[in-house]
Amino acid sequence: MGDFWLPEAASTIAPEVDSLFLFVTAVSAILLVGVTGAMLYFVYRYRRQSPGERPAPVEESKLLEISWIVIPTILVLLVFNWGFKSYVKMHAVPSEAYEIRVQAQQWNFLFEYPNGVTSDTLYVPEGEKVKMRMSSADVLHGFFIPAFRVKYDILPNRYTSVWFEATKEGDYDLFCTEYCGRNHSEMDKVVRVVSQDEFDNWLEEAGTSEDIPLPELGKQLYSQRGCQGCHSLDGSEMVGPSFQGLYGRTDHEMSDGTTLTVDENYLRESILKPEARIVAGYNNLMPGSYSSLSERQLTGLIEFIKEQSDKEPPASDQGQTTATN
Amino acid sequence: MSTDTQNTAVAQPDEHEEGENYLNHETSVWSWLSTKDHKRIGVLYCVTLALVFLAAGVLALVMRAELSGPGETMMANDTYNQVFSMHGIMMVFLFLVPSIPAILGNFVLPMQIGAKDVAFPRLNLASWYVYLAGATLTIMALLWGGVDTGWTFYTPYSKTTGGGVLWMTSAIFVAGFANIFTGLNFIVTIHKMRAPGMTWNRLPLFVWGMYATSIVQVLATPVIGITMVLLILEQVLQIGIFDPSLGGDPVLFQHFFWFYSHPAVYIMILPAFGIMSELIATFSRSRIFGYRAIALSSVAIAMLGFLVWGHHMFVSGQSVVSSIVFSLITYLIGIPSGIKVFNWVATLYKGSIWLQTPMIYALSFLFLFSIGGFTGIMVGVLSVDVHLHDTYYIVSHFHYVMMGGTVVALLGGMHYWWPKITGRMYNETLGKIAAFLIFVGFNLTFFPQLVLGAKGMPRRYATYADRFTELHQLSTAGSGVLGVGLFLVLGYALWSLKYGEKAPANPWGAATLEWTNVAALPDPHNFKRTPLITRGPYDFHLADEVFGGGDGEADGDQGLRVPDAAPAAPLEPSRDA
Repeated sequence: MGDFWLPEAASTIAPEVDSLFLFVTAVSAILLVGVTGAMLYFVYRYRRQSPGERPAPVEESKLLEISWIVIPTILVLLVFNWGFKSYVKMHAVPSEAYEIRVQAQQWNFLFEYPNGVTSDTLYVPEGEKVKMRMSSADVLHGFFIPAFRVKYDILPNRYTSVWFEATKEGDYDLFCTEYCGRNHSEMDKVVRVVSQDEFDNWLEEAGTSEDIPLPELGKQLYSQRGCQGCHSLDGSEMVGPSFQGLYGRTDHEMSDGTTLTVDENYLRESILKPEARIVAGYNNLMPGSYSSLSERQLTGLIEFIKEQSDKEPPASDQGQTTATN
Repeated sequence: MSTDTQNTAVAQPDEHEEGENYLNHETSVWSWLSTKDHKRIGVLYCVTLALVFLAAGVLALVMRAELSGPGETMMANDTYNQVFSMHGIMMVFLFLVPSIPAILGNFVLPMQIGAKDVAFPRLNLASWYVYLAGATLTIMALLWGGVDTGWTFYTPYSKTTGGGVLWMTSAIFVAGFANIFTGLNFIVTIHKMRAPGMTWNRLPLFVWGMYATSIVQVLATPVIGITMVLLILEQVLQIGIFDPSLGGDPVLFQHFFWFYSHPAVYIMILPAFGIMSELIATFSRSRIFGYRAIALSSVAIAMLGFLVWGHHMFVSGQSVVSSIVFSLITYLIGIPSGIKVFNWVATLYKGSIWLQTPMIYALSFLFLFSIGGFTGIMVGVLSVDVHLHDTYYIVSHFHYVMMGGTVVALLGGMHYWWPKITGRMYNETLGKIAAFLIFVGFNLTFFPQLVLGAKGMPRRYATYADRFTELHQLSTAGSGVLGVGLFLVLGYALWSLKYGEKAPANPWGAATLEWTNVAALPDPHNFKRTPLITRGPYDFHLADEVFGGGDGEADGDQGLRVPDAAPAAPLEPSRDA
């Protein structure tokens, strides 16, 4: 019955939740069959034989009425107690848990490890207790890993957390479960459970090296920080303007009717203060959280955007381009 | 007391011509738009709500069509988000909440207690106009760019999106008053306008259901109104209430929202319980088993319903201790609902069960509502809810309660009272076919969703992972069957208005006043003479003995034994003097 209902179980809490789920399902099924069976039997057994039929009144039975109050009460108190205990376990974060920061924003998750490594795939070591400390840059989001049976909302004004201990290596889904707008259904990530050794290696290698070329860094940031959720590279229409052919445009029209040339300083302003100027035909939806990018990251991202265009650099950037390299 | 002698002597001024009824005594459009007759207001609401249900139902079919494949099949994410939001908002605020009280409550309740009308007929008409104002604002919201927040308007997202949100929240604020008016009217009507002899223990259970519902409507609806006003104030004046960037708290919004919206679940389901009791009693010709238990459990549910809102927030940032307390109280509310189901099944025992269409809906309800209840117990289990929260399991659970419960009961009630409302019989064979299609289609639509949710499919997703495809397609196929069933009902209902067989005054052999003492098509004032109530609402075993009518004697064209009418109450001298 478990396979019919539930997804793969890959955390220490999952078997507990599953047995409770299956217990309630089984008891419900038995009671449902009982109630429906009795109903159908009565409907057949006491079907109207003649139009003038007048059945004798049935004496009410105190014993029967009390029993169908008391027995369900005992049953629900039993499942309440059971559910309450495992819920408390879910919320008592072990103090030794390894902490990963989750930064959620429309429509992306970014995971940050204690050594500063950031990743858009959630790598976790098997057999270690992991705590996710979560916050949102904009609206409410939800953090849900079905295989781990954990879920919690992510709020913009405070930290929330979940913890789990993965028990099986493999790739699992991570979904956003609090409705957050247009691409809510595409706000998903991969959770990759690996052995402790593999995890340590990955963590070491994934560290952004200082000498990575700027456009490479920009490319990494593009996918990690959720730019790809709103800005395409192939010119297709999304929530925000596409990066294709953006840099160097001389007729970039704003919502107030003015046009401008897309140069480095325009890009810089658009990343740091997206609300300052809105492109015609788009809404002011970009979160302000990108102002926390470091100088190097910002430049990397701009270099990456510049690579997406084969237009000539505008005059305003001539003479500065050498300075940034 | 000399009323007895006066009784025969006084001429009766409100005696109408033979053949005059509430539909034909005035026929102009203005007579409808300005009517203070509770029956006509019920009909006005019926037509309006049928249109809303049709629109919101078509949106549901559109959603299911989009979900027939994992990627984008026929509309962009934005469009899908608007469609599911409008489906939810219209179904909950503009259809389910007003539905049974406004249509059947208005039509039936005064007749069931032996009254000429509700206590405040003008307020009753005002309720319909206020509702229309709310519906107009909803249309404005659509013209202004639509709403893509879901029916829950969770902040801060609802603050950042679309131009329609303010219109929509205003619409809900305004439409809420329509419900408050109806609730207030019913409470006063039930307290003050019962016919002589209609004691509280003789009230039909539909009236008890409406009474419990009205209390919740009057007490809870202002909270959603205030919440909507706060949303509007925050948006317009930039006062920080719910928006963290202004110093507000989004979890506070959820508390306010569910403080209304959980009781609203009972506003939607308690009237359905009332209809169920009427159907089960009439079509099994027996007294309701545990009349008091059913009547009082409705009131208990209405009260406890105010104390469980936090079970919508087990994973939303509410404290662990609150969650535990809310979970415990949630179980307490499950018990009275269980009692009702057991009582209804026990009523069938040794009855004389007549499987007409309304009864088939009642039996469907027992099955579907039970699943809704059991899945409700499931999502009340704290640690299991963590897994199931915001998945299709929840979607399926509340559709089993709201659609499998409230809508199925409403359909049963509409069939049951159709002859009284229209004076015509619907086609029984088509009725049974449609009821069967609706039952099968409903389960085919929503049972796969339970499995989807348990497997981890989140709700409000325009697109989804490939592995969910088959179950989604099954669900979409089911929605087609369900749609065919519902359109069939619409079809034969319209057909019966003109071509249906003329209905007798009491086609079901029911024992409540609207059947025993009211003409086939009710008189504008319901009763020619105010009835005197001398027995309980379902005392089929007493009906003939008390009022004559020998053994084996039958009337009605189907040879149905019909309970005799209650005698007329003695006239009060003051009323006609």
